[in-house]
Amino acid sequence: MESNNAEHTKIVEALNSRFASSIKEIAEPFGALTISVDSNNIKSIIAFLASEEMGFSFLTDVCGMHYDTTDELGVVYHIHNLYTNTRIRLKTRLPKAKPEIDSMVSLFKSANWQERETYDFYGIIFKGHPDLRRILNMDEMDYFPLRKEYALEDGTRTDKNDTMFGR
Amino acid sequence: MIESINDKISGENYNTINLGPTHPATHGIFQNVLTMDGEKIIHAESTVGYIHRAFEKLAERRPYNQITPITDRLNYCSAPINNMGWEMTVEKLLGVQTPKKVDYMRVIIMELARIADHVICNSILAVDCGALTGFTYIFQQREKIYEIFESICGARLTTNIGRIGGFERDFSEQTWKLIKDFLTEFPKAFREYESLVNRNRIFMDRTIGTGPMTPENALNYGFTGPNLRATGLDYDVRVMNPYSSYQDFDFTIPVGKQGDSYDRYMVRSAEMWNSISIIQQAMNKMPEGPYHADVPEFYLPPKEDVYTKMEALIYHFKIIMGETKVPIGEVYHSVEGANGELGFYLVSDGGRTPYRLHFRRPCFIAYQAYAKMIEGSVLSDAIITMSSLNIIAGELDA
Repeated sequence: MESNNAEHTKIVEALNSRFASSIKEIAEPFGALTISVDSNNIKSIIAFLASEEMGFSFLTDVCGMHYDTTDELGVVYHIHNLYTNTRIRLKTRLPKAKPEIDSMVSLFKSANWQERETYDFYGIIFKGHPDLRRILNMDEMDYFPLRKEYALEDGTRTDKNDTMFGR
Repeated sequence: MIESINDKISGENYNTINLGPTHPATHGIFQNVLTMDGEKIIHAESTVGYIHRAFEKLAERRPYNQITPITDRLNYCSAPINNMGWEMTVEKLLGVQTPKKVDYMRVIIMELARIADHVICNSILAVDCGALTGFTYIFQQREKIYEIFESICGARLTTNIGRIGGFERDFSEQTWKLIKDFLTEFPKAFREYESLVNRNRIFMDRTIGTGPMTPENALNYGFTGPNLRATGLDYDVRVMNPYSSYQDFDFTIPVGKQGDSYDRYMVRSAEMWNSISIIQQAMNKMPEGPYHADVPEFYLPPKEDVYTKMEALIYHFKIIMGETKVPIGEVYHSVEGANGELGFYLVSDGGRTPYRLHFRRPCFIAYQAYAKMIEGSVLSDAIITMSSLNIIAGELDA
């Protein structure tokens, strides 16, 4: 990938020299460095970025995704280097049958509730999480509501035809 | 640490009490299960989600312009900041360049909202310390801010202010007058309030050293906004990633030192003075020009045009039915909300609604530190710590 941003080029080179086999795709949509990585290696990649050498000491955001075209789940991380003011988005994809990924709680305490929220809505299991329970929904809930197969409205209704203006 | 506490909890000398879900001293629906040794909190556990309304799921069925009212209900104390953060996110996705005038108008409204939010937080903190008088005086000024919002968009609390691309109409003469009056009246009232509370012995004794936070811990817990700055770190999205022409204004980032409740209070106080100065600068430099960007596919045309012009009618129909094409892509945009970095992660697949919309809610991330912050303190300090963190239930539970 050719980037005009020197900082981005440096990060990509550093990652390529260590994790070349785990990096699937690098892009820069709207100027944000976006790297798709192998979910098995996510923890070592983030640990490397969070190290003093790279300086990404702030985990801005963790959120889940459901890619319905390939029926895969995913976790998206936004991390931030406050010294150079660089943000990276790391994207992973997980098979829906076995959505497991390493927890970041040992690196960032802020990941704790965000991972619980991701589990709550997408059913993604974070390995090594100290307390992986539902957080916003009730404990008795037996499905993961933000997955695309759960339509917002009752799917059995026939009185509403949304073929023209509905998703 | 946790193990040893759990061993202790099994002892019979401790009481378990529920602070919340509804409790007069917690402003909103928060539940904390506390294990108490007399007055001292040995262990705390927060339960959240009592007013969860599934905004992220709702957003996946709504066209872009219909998501603005959802954002009102996140941090409802400063709804305009959320509205405009969302509008700017969509504008970023669409590649819309807003005119300078829109940026400046937005800055005025966002800073007014920040003042309103900080007024609530700081005065309620004083109330929790037992100082009711200041609150009753300063809340008149919050009322004035809501009157300004009312004159701009007709609503006070959940404002749904602005449109994608700008504003529905220009500020009226009446609005400018209200803003000018506010800028002369508020500093007087606020100075009075500060002289009542800032160096008040009782207030200082209650807040200094209460709920302290180190900068390292604050970063690790994902603190942003005044909570982070009170620990001494100068991270402010307005300066780090300027949006809406914030780079045109001259202001400082106040920081604290100890990260305790008093520092958080003082950082908010100083920010309000900065906000006043920013509004003043924006008024003085207000450029001429249109009050909305030229995006007919997203910006509703004037009603008389809809009745008389073909294009306007078509655009009106498409906007109302949510049938406008948007680019495929993903975008993260963040604004400096009143209590931290409010981020919007928007994934679009080109459809009429977002494919995925995630809100980075500063409260939700900061509140997970609360249980650890109050362990070892007394119950009355726990109340003050929560007040000073500016946790808003609507944003916490989304």
